[in-house]
Amino acid sequence: MMRRFINNKSALFGLVILIILILSALMAGFIAPNSPTPSPPDLHNSLKPGFWSKDGIQGMPLGTDALGRCVLSRIIFGTRVSLSAGLVAVGIAMILGIMLGVIGGYFGGWVDSVIMRFVDIMFAFPALLLAIVIVAVIGHGLDKAMIAIGIVYTPQMARIIRSSVLYIKEMEYIEVQKAIGSSNLRIIFRHVIPNSIAPVIVYGTLMLATAILDCAALGFLGLGAQPPTPEWGAMLARSYSYIVSGAWWAATFPGLAILLSVLSLNLLGDGLRDTLDPRLKT
Amino acid sequence: MEISVEVKNLKKWFWTGRSALGKKEAVRAVDDVSFHINKKEVLGLVGESGCGKTTCGKLILRILDPTGGSIYFDGCDITNLNRKEMLKIRKNMMIIYQDPFGSLDPRMTIGSAIAEPMAVHKTTRKSEREDRVITIMKKVGLTTDQKNRYPHEFSGGQRQRIGIARALATNPEFIVADESVSALDVSIQAQIINLLQDLQKELGLTLLFIAHDLSVIKHISDRVAVMYLGKIVEMALKSDLFDNPEHPYTGALLSAIPVPDPGLRKKRKILMGDVPSPINPPSGCRFHPRCPQRMEICDKEIPVLKETSSGHSVACHLY
Ligand SMILES: Nc1ncnc2c1ncn2[C@@H]1O[C@H](COP(=O)(O)OP(=O)(O)OP(=O)(O)O)[C@@H](O)[C@H]1O
Ligand code: SF4
Ligand SMILES: [Mg+2]
Repeated sequence: MMRRFINNKSALFGLVILIILILSALMAGFIAPNSPTPSPPDLHNSLKPGFWSKDGIQGMPLGTDALGRCVLSRIIFGTRVSLSAGLVAVGIAMILGIMLGVIGGYFGGWVDSVIMRFVDIMFAFPALLLAIVIVAVIGHGLDKAMIAIGIVYTPQMARIIRSSVLYIKEMEYIEVQKAIGSSNLRIIFRHVIPNSIAPVIVYGTLMLATAILDCAALGFLGLGAQPPTPEWGAMLARSYSYIVSGAWWAATFPGLAILLSVLSLNLLGDGLRDTLDPRLKT
Repeated sequence: MEISVEVKNLKKWFWTGRSALGKKEAVRAVDDVSFHINKKEVLGLVGESGCGKTTCGKLILRILDPTGGSIYFDGCDITNLNRKEMLKIRKNMMIIYQDPFGSLDPRMTIGSAIAEPMAVHKTTRKSEREDRVITIMKKVGLTTDQKNRYPHEFSGGQRQRIGIARALATNPEFIVADESVSALDVSIQAQIINLLQDLQKELGLTLLFIAHDLSVIKHISDRVAVMYLGKIVEMALKSDLFDNPEHPYTGALLSAIPVPDPGLRKKRKILMGDVPSPINPPSGCRFHPRCPQRMEICDKEIPVLKETSSGHSVACHLY
């Protein structure tokens, strides 16, 4: 299995990029050349280019943004924000999704119908739109954005878990547990969940990519991370208007960071899926 | 002799999808079956694939709910006990499954799998479970260092031993062994049957041993019940049944057993045709389309199970 994964070049590439991202998130304080949020802002050095230009400032390799802050440092610290926001959102989706999916799939009947109708309704709306609505209700901010995205992703998770539970609960070893006299709770926690969880890992990875993207989108719309938090989406939002005046770097690099993380997670997720379950390969 | 398990007029119909005419159809998997098993006795239940043997076993253990009839365990009517009431009884009745591959949780070490029944019924204190797992593993011929391994690391025969160990964990008095051996090689089958036989004697187990050919049942059973399409057609002490089979179906099953000495080989009664569908079983005697001794009455009247000599019953119009 390991070999099959290693032979998968693009998955390996995704993994390497992801490890780099995780490392920079963990060690942002050591890697970043400057503070991501210097105060007071150095407005004299506003929108200075990076290493490619003679006008660049020493120690700011990717230039500065409108408030004179080091773009590279903000991106590195932004990794921490984006990855953890994505993880929390997916974590919320997993917990809620596993609860709903397992209850629906295992018990079936009207409970299942109610849960699935609810899931269908949520599916009828585009994810981001729904997230915006939720943020509008519960308020702005990075934490609220994470919760909103977690809720929005719950139906998808619930469906994946449910279909996997529907399959597992027909297994003979589940029937054995009933014959032994195990309670439903025991069967669910000791047998159903451990055996239904594999696809969750795969889809969780893929979902992490879209969660990061949606988090950035909420940040871009000003509904997610608030200044001065170095969040990629918010950085993009506050810099893209300067592209026309030639200061392309302040917006481009956060955009590339988003692209790279989403791409790496997608490649990794696809690779995991192929490795864990070759039958799913399309 | 004390009776351990008894079923009366037991029925299980599975409702399947609709037929072409839009009517719901019933698979009559078990159709009016009555028998008992004495304490410490081994009853062999034989019949072709799909005749309802597994269903019968699962009904007794209340894994499936019967469509009709009643089930007694140790003299108590357990037909309508709810989940909670059943729980008290379950530690005394266990099942060993047909398929040693599907009946073990792939993500649970075999030590935990064997300990599960003890944990559920709290028959053994937590601190002593480990010891008991090891004792049972030794008893069924597994080595104790295999305790922390996962099912996929074991062969079919070993897994069957794991299944047996799990069934023994709570010291049950009654065990349903569902074709515990048919998925295995002949030589390993023999080992497992011997093991079950030894355990049955040593622990005084009551056993319902299910199989689809008589040769497997020959050594282990005290009595044998022959099933055909959801009904019991003949039931007798093993020696009676083997020496003096009365039902034509039993005769056919017996002649299907390979005989080592060609001189002894009787004229084989080959069974013609396939088993009919349990959805629309043949009228009258269900065996009549394949019966070499069929008579006028056979497709009109259902033969009832009646005693022809002490302890020997048969459902056939010939008697
Ligand atoms: N859950 C179910 N739903 C519908 N039909 C079923 C179900 N379980 C069993 N049956 C049907 O009931 C009949 C008896 O099945 P059962 O499994 O008891 O047979 P068996 O004698 O154990 O056969 P085998 O020797 O192949 O194990 C078969 O026709 C089977 O298709
Ligand atoms: S009742 Fe008739 S058809 Fe059935 S087994 Fe006896 S002789 Fe054959
Ligand atoms: Mg069976």
